[in-house]
Amino acid sequence: MTEKREIALTINGRRYDVRVDPRRTLVDAIRDDCGQTGTHVGCEHGVCGACTVLLDGEPVRSCLMFAVQAEGRQVRTVEGLANGNDLHPLQQAFIENHGLQCGFCTPGFLMLATGVLEREPDISDEDLVDALSSNLCRCTGYENIVKAVRAAAARMSAGR
Amino acid sequence: MKPAPFRYHAPKTVAEAVETLAEVASDDGRVLAGGQSLVPIMAFRLARPRHLVDINGVEALRRLAVDGDWLSIGACVRHAAFHKPVVDGPLGRLLATVVRHIAHYPIRTRGTFCGSIAHADPASEWCLVAAALGAEIVARSADAMRTIAAREFFQGVMTTALAENELLTEVRLPILPADTRFGFYEFNRRAGDFALAMALITYRMRDGVISEPRVAVGGVEAQPRRIAPAEQALAGRPAAGATFEAAATALAAAVDPLDDAATSAHYRRDLACTVTRRALERAAA
Repeated sequence: MTEKREIALTINGRRYDVRVDPRRTLVDAIRDDCGQTGTHVGCEHGVCGACTVLLDGEPVRSCLMFAVQAEGRQVRTVEGLANGNDLHPLQQAFIENHGLQCGFCTPGFLMLATGVLEREPDISDEDLVDALSSNLCRCTGYENIVKAVRAAAARMSAGR
Repeated sequence: MKPAPFRYHAPKTVAEAVETLAEVASDDGRVLAGGQSLVPIMAFRLARPRHLVDINGVEALRRLAVDGDWLSIGACVRHAAFHKPVVDGPLGRLLATVVRHIAHYPIRTRGTFCGSIAHADPASEWCLVAAALGAEIVARSADAMRTIAAREFFQGVMTTALAENELLTEVRLPILPADTRFGFYEFNRRAGDFALAMALITYRMRDGVISEPRVAVGGVEAQPRRIAPAEQALAGRPAAGATFEAAATALAAAVDPLDDAATSAHYRRDLACTVTRRALERAAA
């Protein structure tokens, strides 16, 4: 009843020509059609945030979008954060502050925090906690994630 | 789970959208805007639409502007647009206050104001705003356009006056007079979760007493609505604790709360009283 569509996805600046069913979610296309498996699939209904990516700079749940809707948009995933062996300040801060244990939620948190800090580098503590409440982490208790994002924010604004 | 298969339509104009909807509506065609409610429902297979009419590519529906005494919100305006006041005065501040209670930031970057209205979840903050302020809802079909008052639009849990071939193109909110006071309070179990009860109050002060009070609750009944006995308890009285207590008590007596396994009607009635009193205190602060 549905016909596959030829679409071009742009992920971390690279173009991927893929053929997908309209029902293909963006996260499945990113992982299975484009091979970028850094983005994780958790709940598949928009609650956990593991699949958070940046769409034209804004954090979105990639399980709640269809791949066909991302054509012509810029998608950024966790693979786009590091520059070669140089980790992004957020990645480095997550390591230094123990902002992860099992790591399942980490790509989503990194992309959420990247979107938040790029939009609001001087975000207040209260607003940061509110933003980080968007995603679920069952290991850290969040304290070290908040610390890591704060540390990265300081480093990023010092480097501005 | 993965959503069931559907045919995908991506119109570029409102005319094209309503023509497509006219063709597919009777074959279980649905409008896709932000997708932050519809897509989870599809993932659960609670909805298996055979067609999706994606309106995200319709430029005209991104309009957010003041037309005379009304703020006009197009069908593709996202929640995040309201993080900063979109108009000067109390309406812009009211919307910026309420928007922070809608789910989480990455949901607000995609979900739309009008989509919330069309979805009509009893716990929707925007539906409460529409009911409290007396919004006008504009619906277009291939051959007609009509404007529906909020009090006639909401007809029950996820049930509205929209016909299956109609596209909700725009919601209009009245610009509030500069001296309007407002208070909003929401109770939920977790940050960003659905409201178990919430209240929105607006009024003006005239000669030291409350005038033009509006008191509406959401998440309590099948649809948000203004509660007349609570408004009567406020009108002509000073904005003080005893007045607020009387209004909150009158409201709790007047509502017919939803009852479900997790939240009893009795508990919701208590919450309705509390959120109303707290919203009144915020309005007066």
